[in-house]
Amino acid sequence: MAQHQDYKKPAFELSMLVYDTRYRSTSFQVIALIIFFTFVWWLINNTMSNLAISGKDIDFAFLVNESNYDINQKLLEYDSRSTHGRAAILGVLNTLVLSVMGCITATILGVFVGISRLSTNWIIARIMTIYIEIFRNVPLLLWILLIMSMVAHSFPRPKSFRGADPSATMKLFDSVALTNRGFYIPEPLFSNGFGDLGFFSNSFYISLDLMAILAVLGVSIWAAGKVKKRAKSIQEDTGIRPTTWYIRLALIFIPTILLLFVLGFYLGYPELKGFNFKGGIHLRNSLIALWIALSLYTSAFIGEIVRSGILAVSKGQTEAAGALGIKPNVIMALVILPQALRVIVPPLISNYLNLTKNSSLAIAVGYMDLTGTLMGITLNQTGRELETLLLGMSIYLCISLMISAVINWYNRRNDLVER
Amino acid sequence: MRTISYVRSEILPEQPPPPNSMGIIGWARVNLFNGWFNSILTVISVYFLYLFFVNLIPWVLTPTWQATSLKECREINTALTGHHSGACWGVITERWPQFIFGFYSREILWRPILVFLLFLATIAPILFEKAPRRLLYLAPVFPFLAVWLLWGGSVWSPIAQFLGLVSGYLIWFILKGKFNAVIVLLATIAGPIMWWLFCTSFISEILSGLLPFEIQVLPSRDFGGLLLSLTIGLTAIFGSLPLGILLALGRQSDLLIVKVLCVWFIEFIRGVPLITLLFVASTLLNIFMPPGTNFDIIMRVVIMVTLFSAAYMAEVIRGGLAGLPNGQYEAANALGLSYWKAQRLIIMPQALKISIPGIVSNFIGVLKDTTLVSVIGLFDPIGLTTVVLADMRWNGVYWELNVFVAACFFIFCFSMSRYSMYLERKLRKEN
Repeated sequence: MAQHQDYKKPAFELSMLVYDTRYRSTSFQVIALIIFFTFVWWLINNTMSNLAISGKDIDFAFLVNESNYDINQKLLEYDSRSTHGRAAILGVLNTLVLSVMGCITATILGVFVGISRLSTNWIIARIMTIYIEIFRNVPLLLWILLIMSMVAHSFPRPKSFRGADPSATMKLFDSVALTNRGFYIPEPLFSNGFGDLGFFSNSFYISLDLMAILAVLGVSIWAAGKVKKRAKSIQEDTGIRPTTWYIRLALIFIPTILLLFVLGFYLGYPELKGFNFKGGIHLRNSLIALWIALSLYTSAFIGEIVRSGILAVSKGQTEAAGALGIKPNVIMALVILPQALRVIVPPLISNYLNLTKNSSLAIAVGYMDLTGTLMGITLNQTGRELETLLLGMSIYLCISLMISAVINWYNRRNDLVER
Repeated sequence: MRTISYVRSEILPEQPPPPNSMGIIGWARVNLFNGWFNSILTVISVYFLYLFFVNLIPWVLTPTWQATSLKECREINTALTGHHSGACWGVITERWPQFIFGFYSREILWRPILVFLLFLATIAPILFEKAPRRLLYLAPVFPFLAVWLLWGGSVWSPIAQFLGLVSGYLIWFILKGKFNAVIVLLATIAGPIMWWLFCTSFISEILSGLLPFEIQVLPSRDFGGLLLSLTIGLTAIFGSLPLGILLALGRQSDLLIVKVLCVWFIEFIRGVPLITLLFVASTLLNIFMPPGTNFDIIMRVVIMVTLFSAAYMAEVIRGGLAGLPNGQYEAANALGLSYWKAQRLIIMPQALKISIPGIVSNFIGVLKDTTLVSVIGLFDPIGLTTVVLADMRWNGVYWELNVFVAACFFIFCFSMSRYSMYLERKLRKEN
């Protein structure tokens, strides 16, 4: 019994911090943390002493001061006597408007391009390949400037719409005016609407009519979903699927149309008054140029994503579904698309993220987005680089993190469970 | 009793396929006119292509290459076609050196050209198997040589800086195997940093005192055009790859603190537009540095673009790492390889191979994004167009300039993407 010696735990030595795998990771992390905090402290220390030298402090009070500059494309009321803070908020709204418009058209175009590139038609496939290569290999800034100069130089001036024999006419039954100052489109108006709901002593407001329409539309879509669900459960019980498409269509459209009728919906057309158009919605030429450029540029990337997503579903899937006797369009809807979408959606959303970040190039053509207001004119006027850049970057970061959260949510929901 | 009335006893001679399934007609039937829908598409797209080229070709093919002003171009075009629309290529003939070299002094253009040739020689053995391997020895020398040739100054300061790299190598060579690998690594990193912080300027001053040899100094504001784009873009590309690998490994690491720091860094950089980082470079970076430091603007931009690109690179490489089957990690562990050896010999070669398309498209993105420096007032090709347009003689030639710049970028980016396809094919065959 004496042969067996108990294993003695060796006493702790300093060298074990490096050699012993049990302690190594901890010691490395402590070192990393020390280096990180030293670095951060060094940065803060430098910043403080530099600010002290130039006699500045960190102060966000400039946000409530008068901005003294105007914003040309605005969703809310704004003039040069409004505050810098309000200018920043309008900038954020402009960024979001541009991004949402761009995402919608880029998706439509991108899906079209991606599918066309897979076409069996040789010419179509070639044209789309050239389209994708041209847009992907030339900087976006160049596209924005090119399209801006195209919009500013090739559309007629508002002046040429005047007179008995004008050289330019309005398009689409006199409802849309395409000029070099931008596009004038009809605006939705309500003759007996609810008006606006003001917040913060009416400095911000939301159209109640819009909210009502969205609410009704939301409820209708929810109800239509219920009908579909019920049809599915009937199909599962009895094997017969009741035809519901007209009920769902009616459920979605009739309440909304009724509401529009009640609100007294009509379109306010732009009209030529004096030297310019009045009424309607004015989309400035910078917004139009950015919208077109961002959509075309991003659609090239989305096209590639769509193409690779469709190619990612192996041919055997189609053949297997066909062997089960499923109809071709049902195969597309129930077999191919769900699998392709799993591949397509995450990079698609990350392209939306890129588009949103790329919209900051608006500063090159003078569209007043967040970069143009807060990090452009406000920065130059107040000289508060640290505060404006910090604020602007954190706003962008918030938008990006929200979009990333959507991607993560989608990925988690659709993850295939592997070993 | 025979029930079959006729049986052929000899083989029929081969017959040619039907004439309309062969040659151009057959090809067109399969690729252009298979079905009424595709036929309509073909006809419509051919019509649009026709319209496009009919309008484009007269615009492009104008004999204005020798014109010296927009007015002269218009006269030439009017004499030719009766109206003045048409490209004015004279501006390209006159200004192309500026679009390539910026305001770089015309007498010493051999310096950037030499740097570019040296660069090609350095990366040739990486890009092509047939290039002589010996050219790889250029790699450690090239950065110092390039900076010296581009910016000029005393020859001794790049040499003193290069000696820092040599000192690191010597420390590694002497200590290797005698101490723990981690200590050797730390010493190898610390040695050159100490050298660069304390010895470089001292030694280069002494040496320039002894044997002065200087070439003309070029200030950063003279950099412009493609030279500037490529300087920023290529430095960022080659800086971001190792940094991105480290960040990706950090993000996959078991060490919680390292992981959190890497995730924060990557998410922050990826969450903000590059243009805001460039604003930081142009206005804030000097505030973060010790008082009195004045960084060169190109240096500041390069740092920011490198960090930006590294965060994206890290995500691409993380994708590659995630694409490797677990068995590879387990096999490396089973062989008893250390973490770094497993990464170097087993994981990274495969992960990088998987992520080649992503890495190269990231490179292309970086090169394209260098055009954003025009927003903070540097004269990259897009910034230069405003300079040219400010010239009274060329006021109004947007299209020609933009098309020229677009073509320059297209050549670089397109060849990079084609090379990546070639590389993918080559690596796939080897399996």
